[in-house]
Amino acid sequence: MSSSTETIRELAAQEYKWGFVTEVDEDRVPKGLNEEIVRLISTRKGEPEWLLAWRLNALRRWFQMEREAGAPAWANLKIAPIDYQEIVYYSAPKKRPALESLDQVDPEILKTYEKLGIPLEEQKRLAGVAPTQTPKIAIDAVFDSVSVATTFKDKLAEMGVIFCSFSEAVKNHPDLVKKYLGSVVPPTDNFYAALNAAVFTDGSFVYVPKGVRCPMELSTYFRINAAETGQFERTLIVADEGAVVSYLEGCTAPIRDTNQLHAAVVELVALDDAQIKYSTVQNWYPGDKEGRGGIYNFVTKRGKCAGRNAKISWTQVETGSAITWKYPSCILQGDNSVGEFYSVALTNNRQQADTGTKMIHIGKNTRSTIVSKGISAGHGQNTYRGQVKILPGAEGARNYTQCDSLLIGDQCGAHTFPYIDVRNPTAQMEHEASTSKIGEDQLFYLRQRGLKTEDAVSMIVNGFCKTVFKELPMEFAVEAQKLLGVSLEGSVG
Amino acid sequence: MKTGKAENRQGFFSGRDMGRAAIGKGSMEKTAMALLEIRDLHAAVDGHEILKGVNLTVNAGEVHSIMGPNGSGKSTLSSVLARRDTYEVTGGSVLFNGKNLLAMEPEEAACEGVFLAFQYPVEIPGIGNAYFLRSAVNAVRKYRGQDELDAMDFLPLYKERMKLLEMDEKFMNRSVNEGFSGGEKKRNEILQMAMLEPKLAILDEADSGLDIDALRIVSGGVNALRNPDRAFLVITHYQRLLNTIKPDFVHVLVDGKIARSGGPELALELEETGYGWAEAEQTQALSA
Ligand SMILES: Nc1ncnc2c1ncn2[C@@H]1O[C@H](COP(=O)(O)OP(=O)(O)OP(=O)(O)O)[C@@H](O)[C@H]1O
Ligand SMILES: [Mg+2]
Repeated sequence: MSSSTETIRELAAQEYKWGFVTEVDEDRVPKGLNEEIVRLISTRKGEPEWLLAWRLNALRRWFQMEREAGAPAWANLKIAPIDYQEIVYYSAPKKRPALESLDQVDPEILKTYEKLGIPLEEQKRLAGVAPTQTPKIAIDAVFDSVSVATTFKDKLAEMGVIFCSFSEAVKNHPDLVKKYLGSVVPPTDNFYAALNAAVFTDGSFVYVPKGVRCPMELSTYFRINAAETGQFERTLIVADEGAVVSYLEGCTAPIRDTNQLHAAVVELVALDDAQIKYSTVQNWYPGDKEGRGGIYNFVTKRGKCAGRNAKISWTQVETGSAITWKYPSCILQGDNSVGEFYSVALTNNRQQADTGTKMIHIGKNTRSTIVSKGISAGHGQNTYRGQVKILPGAEGARNYTQCDSLLIGDQCGAHTFPYIDVRNPTAQMEHEASTSKIGEDQLFYLRQRGLKTEDAVSMIVNGFCKTVFKELPMEFAVEAQKLLGVSLEGSVG
Repeated sequence: MKTGKAENRQGFFSGRDMGRAAIGKGSMEKTAMALLEIRDLHAAVDGHEILKGVNLTVNAGEVHSIMGPNGSGKSTLSSVLARRDTYEVTGGSVLFNGKNLLAMEPEEAACEGVFLAFQYPVEIPGIGNAYFLRSAVNAVRKYRGQDELDAMDFLPLYKERMKLLEMDEKFMNRSVNEGFSGGEKKRNEILQMAMLEPKLAILDEADSGLDIDALRIVSGGVNALRNPDRAFLVITHYQRLLNTIKPDFVHVLVDGKIARSGGPELALELEETGYGWAEAEQTQALSA
């Protein structure tokens, strides 16, 4: 045992590779949370009156929740109390891009995205040089609180697809925003959703019109840069009747020894026969080995299959963050609608994750699939929390849940809390669960064939996650595999 | 010391091997350095001493068979040679190709050319056979300073060798050993050996659980891999395997020590007499 433990200790010394800070001038509002700050954010963003009213209402509800119950405490997480008055709620790169052209974006920011492997510039150039070729991915990049660049907008607009920052959507497509904002996650939904509704700064907006199959992957890249700020983005995706869209988000943050708060909201709406596939590769800074620093990731993600035969599929690979509190869910309202949740959550060192999903079956013959793979290493704590609810009207509903945990070492923990609530006798439910340890026999077998310990560990883990990875778009599946390898460094003990 | 079986060893694997087989006899002459030199090896598991002073010399090109009663330490010996770290070496030395094998990690030993066909091959869910084996072959090639093989280079070789082991191509993308029958697992071990081209191949009961056809295929595979640069340690309980894989030497391991060594005739004798004599000797030794 000793020698593999040593190799792994050495690996543990490796650091988070995305932890650099970009020097840009920031325009930030003062610390603290109150009506004035919310008004200030709204003014900075040149928002209409209705949106300010919406924010202020959310803020009042948040204060009420905080007074009455405080932050939710039911999750299996140990969290130091957060002082919401110590956070900066708005920070933006000073040289505000006109958003018409990438040339006006601060070159430091472009460099950052390049370092992260997102060649905005390259894509633009390629698009210009070979306009006949359909690009594979369009990217919206959100730097601290604002969206700095969205690529391939024109190309998408030809097909009627709207892909822009949330702020732009408020200006250019107010009717759509008004109609759907808060329709899936109301401002009063929960503590963090209320906070987000009050102070959200930017995010992405997607609308795919009737019958349109979006010709490329849409992607948003989130980057927290500024110190002491929180990031509160809001994403809204609407797929009209028969529309199909695949969307991916990625996120990173610099290394800082204080915790930073990320409280996002994502709402998906799928009308009749529409399909939305939403994939996340979450790699926020996880904190150091002793658990100093790292992002607190409190996210509310929910999709509504509003129409018949609609389908919403969530795939997430969660490797970052000190704390992850996240339950991408589906409301299966339309008859025959389908909800899916595929998740890989990895906790290493002192990371804690409490994640899972809710599948609410309302319509007839609605189907849901849940596949959760939790990996715990070091002192990591990994909790799966899922709810499947079959309402009385959901004749013939079906759910399949598979929930597997993999332990690396003996100081970590895996926990599962599946809640099942069936109120229609025709429902068919299937549940499978397993917990296993990375076996010394598996490691030895692979090493005997010449593989290094770290490669052997990541091969075993990748095998464990395969059913989830195959749901990711091709390019990102490869990304996710590599990321898992890196995040595992310092495991087994 | 001569085996003189070069003519049986058709170079099933590569032109290079075939070439060497043809000049095999020449390289047999050298006696300068043994491939494997085990001296007074002691090893323990969880504080129990299992190997109690093993001595064994194996030259390149030779096939040694190790027999012995259940629990006598055969798998322990093969695990120690493959550097499994749950086995603690408490004394003695092992030189492999002149290098201190006991100082190596399992992956180093593998890259240096030690291959272990497991008595109980391990399942790796979610990882395809071809992907796994290409990673392994490339890890070894990298260690040896050779170019890595991409899928285009690798697959034709892999398929060719699958054919020789009469394995269906559908195994290629199935997860490593997952849901394989006992015999299929054993064939898969020999296939891996064929791809990794080791200097020392240790086969721990490669014949257990095989039907008659599989036994023929596995022993045929091993015979095809014999060459003057490669040695085999064949652990088995049964003469039937040794009928086709003809060993140069047979050793009997009893209670962590080699109790007897001899030529192929020793295996035949054991078939008749069993290990009763060894137990008798042990009781004698204890009461003395
Ligand atoms: N963890 C352990 N603790 C104590 N004894 C052990 C442990 N592991 C193995 N042994 C013992 O070591 C001895 C040697 O085992 P080994 O597997 O090497 O035998 P073998 O000769 O390969 O037997 P077989 O012919 O049945 O395969 C056995 O008596 C076994 O019970
Ligand atoms: Mg054995």
